[in-house]
Amino acid sequence: MVPRAESAHWLAAAVSLLIGLLLVAEVVVGTEVFRRRAWRAYLFPAVVVVSSVGLWVITIFSTFSTMHLLAHALWAQAALVAGAVELALVRGKLRSPNWSLVPAFALMVSGVAFLVHEQNAWLYSRSAFLHHAIGWMLVGVAIFPLGQALRPRQVVWRVGFAMTFVLLAVLLFADRDAAPIFGRFGALGGP
Amino acid sequence: MNSEIATSIPREEELPVAARRPWRALVVQLLGPLTVLGGVVWAVWQPYRIVLLDRAGQGIYDYLFQPPLLVVLVGLAFTFVIAPGLVEDLEVEEQRGPAG
Repeated sequence: MVPRAESAHWLAAAVSLLIGLLLVAEVVVGTEVFRRRAWRAYLFPAVVVVSSVGLWVITIFSTFSTMHLLAHALWAQAALVAGAVELALVRGKLRSPNWSLVPAFALMVSGVAFLVHEQNAWLYSRSAFLHHAIGWMLVGVAIFPLGQALRPRQVVWRVGFAMTFVLLAVLLFADRDAAPIFGRFGALGGP
Repeated sequence: MNSEIATSIPREEELPVAARRPWRALVVQLLGPLTVLGGVVWAVWQPYRIVLLDRAGQGIYDYLFQPPLLVVLVGLAFTFVIAPGLVEDLEVEEQRGPAG
């Protein structure tokens, strides 16, 4: 019994919201205070790695379409690599801020995968609209971890990176398998 | 120069940290409740997204993943699991001050 796509997206949205709250809290209190307790320091990378395992499970069930299978596999791999790098950073195995280039690359690749695997135009349905919106959003927000790598002291990159996950959660929560784009606006809402 | 006339410049970091950044603990404490509030407002705005209120033809996943309730759940988790320890550590940090 496989859940519908929208159910999986809502679960992903909840995880994304939790990650967003964690990152916002880390920006507010500072990394030093946030990582004072080991479990809290490892929470973000652990959630990302576990999410990647969940994405691999979804990949297994994505056999209805080669494009979807490849896209989910790409997201799973991107999340796994980004989580592993974050884990190594927290552990102290990696130290250079240049490692922020890895999540930047992961976001960029994830965004491109969203855009490539959506075969319908923006206004075809809400699902298509959100795929395009999320895809371009992920491509755009890759600038935040990129900025962290180049100018690690500026807080704007960390705030942007944290808000990325909150925004992603909003977009994923809005997803429906079959719904008009802006259902509340009647005929103006699209098909 | 006579040291009785030329006094040292007061150090800015000697001010209590809590006095400079009192908002941090408040923001951390508000993040969870605001998220819960968001979920509740959403549930009121779109009650049809709560399966418990309309059970006809619903499956197990519909009961497990109800978006407004997921938002409330995340907010509660942050409020009761993450925020208390963070605020506690923040207070310890502020009591220690910059010298700590």
